[in-house]
This record gives sequence, structure tokens and C-alpha cells, in this order.
Amino acid sequence: MNSIRVQVEPFDPNHEVDLLRDNDPSIGAVVTFIGLMRDINEGDKVSRLFLEHYPGMTERALQEIVDEANSRWELQHCRVVHRVGDLRPTDPIVLVAVASLHRKEAFMACEFIIDYLKTKAPFWKKESTPDGERWVDARESDDKASLHWHAQ
Amino acid sequence: MIQLLFFARFREELGVESEQLEIETLSCVGDLLDRLQQRGETWARLFAEDQRVMMAVNQAVADRKTPLGEGDEVALFPPVTGG
Repeated sequence: MNSIRVQVEPFDPNHEVDLLRDNDPSIGAVVTFIGLMRDINEGDKVSRLFLEHYPGMTERALQEIVDEANSRWELQHCRVVHRVGDLRPTDPIVLVAVASLHRKEAFMACEFIIDYLKTKAPFWKKESTPDGERWVDARESDDKASLHWHAQ
Repeated sequence: MIQLLFFARFREELGVESEQLEIETLSCVGDLLDRLQQRGETWARLFAEDQRVMMAVNQAVADRKTPLGEGDEVALFPPVTGG
């Protein structure tokens, strides 16, 4: 079973993993990725982060990414939670959790989902620094991480 | 008519969040970008060929060749930075 949520409210990663597992005795492995807000970027102190998204397309893009992961690997369950709105340092921004029979599929699918999310799902970060607010630029390393899955 | 949406840096720099546009001679997203570039300096800079512009038609990822039709929702936005 797959679950995809985009929300303003904070979430508890441990609770999300419990929901993913749901006492399913067939699960042999769970891999999670938790993206956290840092208090520094490009050498500047960051006090706040605002996350904008494209309602409707965001959920659709995440669903397509999770569907693609399920077509590439045999997975039991996937869970993606992404926050939007105002965030503070140490806040979890995103959770990707994947359950499978064995570890390899869960490791691969979790990395695939976050790599694709970073370059395909319509979210944008704006950060507050001592010099004012600025939009975060896309990273070339994220493009490369996403592209390397095309070759497989 | 098509519904045009701008997000993030594009929305702020253009001062426009959404607008309705007559489709007239626009047959694909590339035609739309060409027409928007004629609106002035900021528009020309943001939508120049060498700029990284992501596009979506009816909430699915598109490119310059994606055809446009009456009633389409077209979104233009900078490279995404979620996660």
C-alpha cells in the first residue's frame, strides 16, 4: 500500500514508519530517508525556510515517482510525506520510507524516490538569511543523481 | 483560452500568479514562450532559450514541443528544489 501526503503540519518520522509497517509480518526490510532543514546553506546562516508547491501537480508527480519505483522493484509499501509552508532548522522536510521483503529493493527504491523527487516534484525553497530572503538554486549534483537512474 | 500559472521566482519577478490567455495562433508551449518574451525585459530574460524553464501542461511535465489546446492549464516555473 502506498501513501503520499503534502502538508503544512509537522510530522513524526517514527510514527510514519509505524504506519508504514502496520504490523505486516511479510516485511523484511524498511529503509527511510529523512530530509532535515539545516541552519546553514552556501555559507550563510539560514533562520527560516518557506516551501512553495504546485497543488495538484505535486501530488500527481509524487504518485508517478512512487508508481515508477513499484514497477522497477518488488516493494511491499511506500510512504512519502513532504512539508510545505514555514519551516525552522532541525524540522523534518521530507520522509521517504520503503518496505520490502529484502533490503536491496528497499535501499534502491528509497534512493530512487528521493533522487526523482528532488528534480521532478514541483516544490521550491525560499530561505531567510541575515541578508534577506532568497530562492534556493537547483543543484547540478541533484540532476546527475536523478539522471543516473535513466541508464538502469 | 488557456490558464497560465507562474510559480516561485517567476511569479515574484513577473508580479503575476495566474492569467487567462487567448490561444489564437499558439500551437505548442514553445510558441507561448516566444510570445511571452515579447512582453518586456523581465519576460524576455526569464524565458530566453538558454534559460532553464520547467513547464507543465495540465499538471504533467511538458517541453517546448508539447501541443496546446483550448482549456489547457499551462504552468511555467524555475527548476525545482524540494526534498
